Amino acid sequence: MAEPVILSMRSITKEFPGVRALDAVSLEVRKGTIHAICGENGAGKSTLMKVLSGVYPHGTFDGEIVYQNEPVAFGSINDSERAGIVIIHQELALVPELSIAENIFLGNEPRRGIAIDWDTVRMRATELLARVGLDEDPDTPIKHIGVGKQQLVEIAKALEKHVKLLILDEPTAALNEADSQHLLDLIVGLKAKGVTSIMISHKLNEIEQIADDITIIRDGRMIETLDIAEGAVDEDRIIRGMVGRTLGQRFPERAHTTGEVFFEVRDWTVQHPLSAERLVAKGSSFTVRRGEIVGFAGLMGAGRTELAMSVFGRQYGTWLGGTIHKDGEEIKVRSVPDAIRHGIAYVSEDRKALGLNLLDTIKRSIVSAKLSKIARAGVVDGLQEAETAEEYRRSLRIKSPSVEHGVDTLSGGNQQKVVLAKWMFTDPDLLILDEPTRGIDVGAKSEIYQIVRELADAGKGVILISSELPELLGLADRIYTIFEGRITGELQAADADQEMLMRRMAPTKGD
Amino acid sequence: MTDRVDERRGFLAEFSMLFGKKGSLKEFGILGALIVIVLAFQFATGGTTLAPGNVINIVQSQSYILILAIGMVMVIIAGHIDLSVGSVAAFASVVVAISMNDWGLPWGVAILIGLGLGLLIGAWQGFWVAFVGVPAFIVTLAGMLLFRGLNQVVGQSRGIGVDRGFVDALAGYLPEVGPDTGYNNLTLLLGLLAIVALVVFELRGRARRKRIGAEVPPQWVLITRLALLSGIIVATTLLFASGRPGTSFPLSGILLVAFVLGYGFLTQRTTLGRHIYAVGGNRRAAQLSGVRSRWIDFFVIANMSVLASVAGMMWIARAQAAGPADGVTWELDAIAAVFIGGAAVAGGIGTVTGSIIGGLVMAVLSNGLFALGTGSDWIQVIKGLVLLIAVAIDVLNKRQGRFSIIALLQRGLTRGRDRDAPTVAS
Repeated sequence: MAEPVILSMRSITKEFPGVRALDAVSLEVRKGTIHAICGENGAGKSTLMKVLSGVYPHGTFDGEIVYQNEPVAFGSINDSERAGIVIIHQELALVPELSIAENIFLGNEPRRGIAIDWDTVRMRATELLARVGLDEDPDTPIKHIGVGKQQLVEIAKALEKHVKLLILDEPTAALNEADSQHLLDLIVGLKAKGVTSIMISHKLNEIEQIADDITIIRDGRMIETLDIAEGAVDEDRIIRGMVGRTLGQRFPERAHTTGEVFFEVRDWTVQHPLSAERLVAKGSSFTVRRGEIVGFAGLMGAGRTELAMSVFGRQYGTWLGGTIHKDGEEIKVRSVPDAIRHGIAYVSEDRKALGLNLLDTIKRSIVSAKLSKIARAGVVDGLQEAETAEEYRRSLRIKSPSVEHGVDTLSGGNQQKVVLAKWMFTDPDLLILDEPTRGIDVGAKSEIYQIVRELADAGKGVILISSELPELLGLADRIYTIFEGRITGELQAADADQEMLMRRMAPTKGD
Repeated sequence: MTDRVDERRGFLAEFSMLFGKKGSLKEFGILGALIVIVLAFQFATGGTTLAPGNVINIVQSQSYILILAIGMVMVIIAGHIDLSVGSVAAFASVVVAISMNDWGLPWGVAILIGLGLGLLIGAWQGFWVAFVGVPAFIVTLAGMLLFRGLNQVVGQSRGIGVDRGFVDALAGYLPEVGPDTGYNNLTLLLGLLAIVALVVFELRGRARRKRIGAEVPPQWVLITRLALLSGIIVATTLLFASGRPGTSFPLSGILLVAFVLGYGFLTQRTTLGRHIYAVGGNRRAAQLSGVRSRWIDFFVIANMSVLASVAGMMWIARAQAAGPADGVTWELDAIAAVFIGGAAVAGGIGTVTGSIIGGLVMAVLSNGLFALGTGSDWIQVIKGLVLLIAVAIDVLNKRQGRFSIIALLQRGLTRGRDRDAPTVAS
């Protein structure tokens, strides 16, 4: 309780043209603790961390930063790293073609004369990897290891820089449960060795698990700092602080009745695009009823996305066999246009890389998957386009002054609504939603849940792929579990719990 | 309150539609630069820059590069590049010249042969880019060598003359007809038609907005808009109509205007145009939205070669002969125009109008410097620097908090407009 303060940021104000991103925010971090920062997307968390790490240099903001009892004025990220402050961004800063060891020492290579001392590099890399619990050859290229392991390499890189204050921006956003747990354990382990951590996260259960203090930011203002040790801090309490109100029910109520089976995939078998021996789907069969939300549960790499994308016009791997039936008739879905014509929509898990053209406006994005609907003889009807987009902006409550704004100006949650609007515009019968709430704040999450439920209530079938088990259990009607490309179970969500799902998601691993 | 703001934005959006819809502010910046350059030379040359003869000369001598820029911007928006346009133009046009000179075919047929050959070459290059997956840089670098070589093989590296009719059709001027009004009558007629077309389009659009219950800009906006645009058309018409009798409005200019309008429409208003932007902006996302990206690649590359053959034909009509060195470095002029016009190297961004303005900046620069007695050596140096600085400003502009002339200009413009857009326009 009496730990000294390592970092104190005092009334930080940062303005961008037309927006005040931070308004007199203060933050105190005690030495040797894990300090969580919570807030909805766009609340100003990342901006605050960029101010701290010198991405926004001293002088471009108002306020004072006191670090280890001395006022500091970082002019660049190099300055803050020299002081022992290392930030690990959401998008990892690793070079995929270089090896683990090369990445760890990038820009900081030990030398002998003018040449890099590769022996030292490899030796120290091995030590560092052992410290973060990563069992990989330091010569392995980064592109050959998964995101979870890459995250560990980032931490090794920070350790190499003698980190005293580690800032993690959404460290587990892209990780599965097992990898997340490993990372959280590591952060706790570092704390025991005296490393202070600041963690930005949307995953409230993780925060509850490891954080000592929580600072909540809303609309660029600091709302409060809660001390976990004092107790009485639970998820509801945090959410109340973040959104300024209590979210009643997080999940909308289930439909009481669902229609008959209208969509069916039989014996679907798909080969991995690069290795002929690997099958990403092994004779998978599943059905979807009208008005039903069907969940796909599985660990990362189980083949959920691969299955969905190959059903969506064979967009993943090589199709080896299996049929798709809709309304009792077999349909051929060999390409995305085929899929769209047959009323199948796929909302990708990777909004920015696969879901949107970030150079486009909201308006153009919304109509982009079925331009023919508002075009005559190949000429787009600009008025109808604007009106359509405006309707979606209003009904989905996309927060933007106008549909003429670029999608890159929107927060994650609002971008996701644009992607949903884009696919709703194609009048689908079946919507495949792949991690629709990844990286989205709680407020927007419950709005998306509401939209998904309304789509199902309107008689559409929905396939929901999610790594968050509570989300699957809360939103889906029925859940399939997938393990190594095989469907390993089918459960009614109402009768299932997380443990039952986990057992089927990782059957051979026991646990 | 919000309605009012929307209304202004709508007006601005419509106003900027004249200059292409995407990145219109950026284009205002380039347009501003063009106007400044023109005025500077007008002053420095003591008035020759804007003299009818000189303006006509610029259009006549530069329209082939501008037509190349139209094709090139589409290639660049889709995320590719085409280095072969000069060679393709040279090869297509030498065949056109031979078909008239050696085979004795009428010039109309020769033009069709040129277009067909352009399409064939385009299909060849498009096939490698779109369906084999060889990067366009490589395919068109190969094409640059290939078609330059074929030009010299087929033409045996000699100059080949073209028919009189061909010259008149592609490099001629609107004839003098009717009573002597002191102006070229057909040019006046064209100007009149343009104004009528403008009014008809405006009123029809307005009626349609009304019919489906969309917001209609107030009457004064419409009237001011029509008056302003008509004014520009009248001024341009009079400028071109007052050239020396017999050499007033060049036909290549008419061709250019037709291409700008046609391709401007294609890129901004059609599904095909949207798909080109979509593929360049995020190829994988476009594919997952049902865009057949290979066909888009094929189209932009094939289209480029067709436009290259058009440019080649315009060139030999003006030179009255085809030769082995035709089209050398044309691709570079076209690419420069496109990037000065605000396109992004990574694709997804760019407009036909922007590229035309970019091409005009280069053209006016050469023309003005030449009139001031600058040698072609120094003109190249200056053009190189202008390209570098124009793109550098654009790059810096995207970074926050950095100094930028265009950004300052734009901020000034935006602020000015936000505050007093209605007064400015009324």
